[in-house]
This record gives sequence, structure tokens and C-alpha cells, in this order.
Amino acid sequence: MNNEPIIKCRGVHKWYGDFHAIKGVDIDVYEGEVIVIFGPSGSGKSTFIRTINRLEEHQQGTIIVDGTELSHDVRNIEKIRTETGMVFQQFNLFPHLTVMQNITLAPIWVRNWPRVKAEAKAMELLEMVGIPEQAQKFPGNLSGGQQQRVAIARALAMEPKIMLFDEPTSALDPEMIKEVLDAMIDLAKSGMTMIVVTHEMGFAREVADRMYFFDEGKIIETGTPDEIYRNPQEDRTKLFLSQILQH
Amino acid sequence: MASSELEQEEIRPPQPPGFLQWIRENLFSSIFNSVLTVVLLPVVVFIIYQVLVWVLFQANWKAVTQFPLLYTVGQYPRDQLWRVGFIFSGMILMLGISWGRWGGLLRSITLAAGGLLLVVAILPVQHAELTLNMRLYLVSNIALALVGYLIGKKIPIKSYLIFAAWFLIPIIGVILLAGFESSTLIPPVQTTQWGGLLVTFLLAAGGIVLSFPLGVALAFGRRSSLPVVSAFSTVFIEVIRGVPLVTILFMFSIILALFLPAESRIDRLVRALMAVTVFSAAYSAENVRGGLQSVPLGQIEAAKALGMSNFKTTIFIVLPQALRAVLPAIVGQFISLFKDTTLVVIIGINDFLGIGRSIINSDPEFVQLRTEVYLFMALVYWIFSYLMSLASRRIESAMGVESNL
Repeated sequence: MNNEPIIKCRGVHKWYGDFHAIKGVDIDVYEGEVIVIFGPSGSGKSTFIRTINRLEEHQQGTIIVDGTELSHDVRNIEKIRTETGMVFQQFNLFPHLTVMQNITLAPIWVRNWPRVKAEAKAMELLEMVGIPEQAQKFPGNLSGGQQQRVAIARALAMEPKIMLFDEPTSALDPEMIKEVLDAMIDLAKSGMTMIVVTHEMGFAREVADRMYFFDEGKIIETGTPDEIYRNPQEDRTKLFLSQILQH
Repeated sequence: MASSELEQEEIRPPQPPGFLQWIRENLFSSIFNSVLTVVLLPVVVFIIYQVLVWVLFQANWKAVTQFPLLYTVGQYPRDQLWRVGFIFSGMILMLGISWGRWGGLLRSITLAAGGLLLVVAILPVQHAELTLNMRLYLVSNIALALVGYLIGKKIPIKSYLIFAAWFLIPIIGVILLAGFESSTLIPPVQTTQWGGLLVTFLLAAGGIVLSFPLGVALAFGRRSSLPVVSAFSTVFIEVIRGVPLVTILFMFSIILALFLPAESRIDRLVRALMAVTVFSAAYSAENVRGGLQSVPLGQIEAAKALGMSNFKTTIFIVLPQALRAVLPAIVGQFISLFKDTTLVVIIGINDFLGIGRSIINSDPEFVQLRTEVYLFMALVYWIFSYLMSLASRRIESAMGVESNL
């Protein structure tokens, strides 16, 4: 097995103007690992996950994804984005395209697959997330949970090596969260490398290899779900866990 | 079972009111409304009656009916009319094919055009320009439309080929109308002889087709991160929008000619087309820019996260959504461009309005008939503007089905 991490972050800093959003983050992610990042809002966890595919630019430190370092080189950025799927809080499906077109657009125009191959892949993925019958509908006609599952299928259609999830269930009605989490759990068990920003502690307990607690732009604590839940070391972690687990 | 009881007592949606009920609800719903109806109804009937009497019995439509060719093609040489006819037939054929392919509004337009052709062809009057050959030509166009319909219906032609054909017709048309210096089959015809609806359509169609991509380019230019591009686009848009179309027409027709060497003189009609195009492009650019701003950032991020380049993101994600958002405004811009072409009269081009005016001025008798002439021209402009408006609504609703987001 290859011992080089597939994502390697060293001393990553990010400022918005004078505001110091990320204050030196070091994270290694190995192939097949599922990482859960959690923390209070404004802690920089979403900003951090977005630096990995350069939706946010980091100003200091290094991020190496699958052997390619993120820099201003546009080709490197597009290469990394091609290998990295992302699922957003607000789904961000393309409203003017059908579900099928949403999923096949990038495989056809970025990977240069023939249409037939892209559509076969799309149907396979839609069956995996349980909504093959929605292929010809437009996103506006789907429920939130269905939209987010399409978004997962869309990201997977590029056959990425890494999947990033930025609070994928935060914008969903409670009864739809489970259907999305189930799809994510299946994906995690299939061996996909995943970084997930979420507060879904059940999900973390079931599939996470490691958890990172973010606060004020820094990693406060890290460990396995067992260690974090049963025996948190830091006061801030304890306080936050007690707040979110009360409900 | 409870559920079947529920089904039986299901409340039916309210039914639309009958005729008498509609009258009661809309015209006599209160004492005041009843009085209003009783007073206004005779007034409305009287006005309609008076207008009809004038149109049918008092008005003299001689200045309109006597010169159908002048109104349609201006002074285009009568022995070369087959060129115009050829293009017209080409458009009729394409209209038929489009009708067969898409139906809907195109069906209504084709049928209306066919009906009009038929009525003109069998008019029971003696008319110098309505010869037997002309009548046969008009009728054969109806047959051509039907042939087109069958082709469009039976043969699965790709949509983009039909669009391409529509796009090519004006280009081929202009070449055919202009002719070649060395050709005996299609000798050159100076654009000073072109006129009427022909010129109005050429300016409008050319202006729309050319100004739209220019407008999109300017909209992107204005948002560009390159300072030179952005500054140029902004200045261009603001200057053009800041001056009246008349000024731009004069600038292109007179000042441009002063700067350019005499041998490279651009044709007068082309200069008018350039003026109309840049004028419309500046307005289109601002419409498109509004649409670009309405596309949420999340859409662009989603496309980028899939590895799409800036260019592909723009083509596949940003532009389609932006244009859909501003389609009504863009069509509005095209409609005003169509009507604005009437201003070319002042630089001496005989478009539809110009022909009407020169007919009025050609004979003291016709000066008395100018009301009829202007009413007729207004009606023609209204028909084509309204068609554009209808088409825009059709496209909007076709797109609206696809987006409930």
C-alpha cells in the first residue's frame, strides 16, 4: 500500500481581508479514509474544505492533492478539481438542465466521454442513490433530498478519487436527511476517500475513521469517533458536543 | 373504510362561471358598476361603429392599394423581382418546415401568411401589379408552405440545421439581391433602389442577428477583469446609450464617410445597419449583464468543482441561465430595434415608412390620404411587433416548464 497521503495540508492559512479565517491547519488524509470535520459556525471548517479544490484560495502553506500541489497554475487546479468531487449545502444543481444532463455534462465536456458512456454511468449512479426514475426531470421538480442525491451522483460521475461534502444535510428537511446520509454511508463503505463537514454525529460514528474539531480557524482536537465522543480532551470540544448532542 | 368516505366527499374545484353569470359578476356586480355599464356600453358601441364606417366606406385606401410593390420592395428593378420572390419563397418553405417540426405558434403564423397570400391572389379586382403570373406565384407559395410542412413532419431534420438555414437565408438573400458586377444572370442592383418592407426587414433582422452576439460580448467585456477590455466596453456602452439613435445614424452615414478614403466607401445601407447594430448592442449588453449578475455564485462554483474551465462554465452554465432570465427584456429590445429602423428615413433610405412618406408626397391627391397611409403602416408595424412578442412568450413558457427553481 502506498503510504503517501492523498491529501496533504501543511500550515494552511487563509485571510478574508484582515480576518484570519484559517490559522495554520495540518491534515493528512490517506486513500480510503473518511474524515469528519465539525465545529461551531464560523470556525473555518467550510472555508478549509473549499481550499482543497481551490474554491477558496489559501495564502500560506501547502496543499498537495493526489501528488499535485495547488498553486496559481490553472491546469493544476482543473486537474485537481477533476479528481475531486464536491457536494454543496445548497445542492447547486443546474436548474436549466435535466437530472441526466446535470450528471453527464462534466463527463462529456471535461473527461471527453462519448454520450452513451456518460449516460450509462449516470443511470448506474442514479440507481445507486435510488432515484433512476427521476432522470428526465428538472431539478426544480425534485425534493431537497432527491436533489442532494443527484448532486452526489453528479460529483461521482467524474469518477473522482476524493469526495468533499460541505454540510450536505444542513439545508434539508429532517425527514430527508436519512436518505442522503444512507447514500453517503454506502459510498464510504465502498472505500471512497471522503472529507465531510457535518454535525450528523450518527453518520460520523458509523463510518468516520477520524474526526477533527475546528474552532476559530484551528484544529482543536482530533481522534477516532470513539475517542471524541467518549473521552474528549479539550473543554471547548466538550462544551460543543454537549450543545449539539442535547437535542 | 374511512379513506373511501373521504374520497366520496372530495371537494370539487370551483367551475368556471356561465355566460350570464359572467355578465352579472363583471358588468353588473354593484349599482355603480351597472350604471357604468349602461352608460359606457353605448359609447363603446358608437365608437366602434364610427371607426368601421370610416374604414369601410369613407376612407380612400387608394394610396395604399395602388402600390403594393413599392411598399414591399421599393424601387427594386421590376425585371429583377424574381430575386426577391426567390428569397420570399425560401422563407415560406422554411416556415413550412419549421411548422412541421415544432407546430404551435409557427402553425398559426404559417396559416395566417398562407391565408393572406390566398386572399390577395384571388382578389376580384383589376390591378396593374396583380398580374396572372403574380397571382399564380402567390398561390404556388401556399403549396410550397404545405410541402415544407410535410418535409418537417415526415423527415427528422436536426433542429440546428433548421436554425442554420434560417440564419443563412438573409445572408444568401443579400448576396442575391445585390448581385455581381460581372454577372449577366444577376447584374448588380444598387442599394439605393432597395426599399420598403424589404429594407425594414433586412435592417431589423441584420440588426438583431449582429447586435445580439456583440451585446453578449460587451456584457462580458464590461465584467472582465482585464482593465483595458472592461474600460473599453464600459465607455462604448455608455457613449452609445448616451446619444440618440439619430445621432449615431448621422455619424455613420456622414462622418464615417469623411474619415474613410473615397474608394473604400461603405455602402449606405451597410452603414445604416452598422449604426442600428451598435445602438442595439449597447442596450442588449446591459440587459445581458443584468442576467449574468442574476446567476448565483453557487452555480459557478458547482461547475468549477466539476473541473470545468471558465469558458465551459460560461457557455454551459452561466450564459443559458442569464439569457433565460432576461429573455423578455431582450425581445423588448428587438421589438424597439424593429421600430427604430424607421429612423433611417432621415439619412435618405427608403424603408417601409420612407416609401409611405414618398408616396404621400408624390401626388397632391395622396397628401389628403395620409391618414389612411399612416394607419396602414402602423398596422403593419404592429402586426410584426406583436408576432415577436407572441413568439417571446411562447419561448418563455417553453423554458418556464423546465425551471421551477
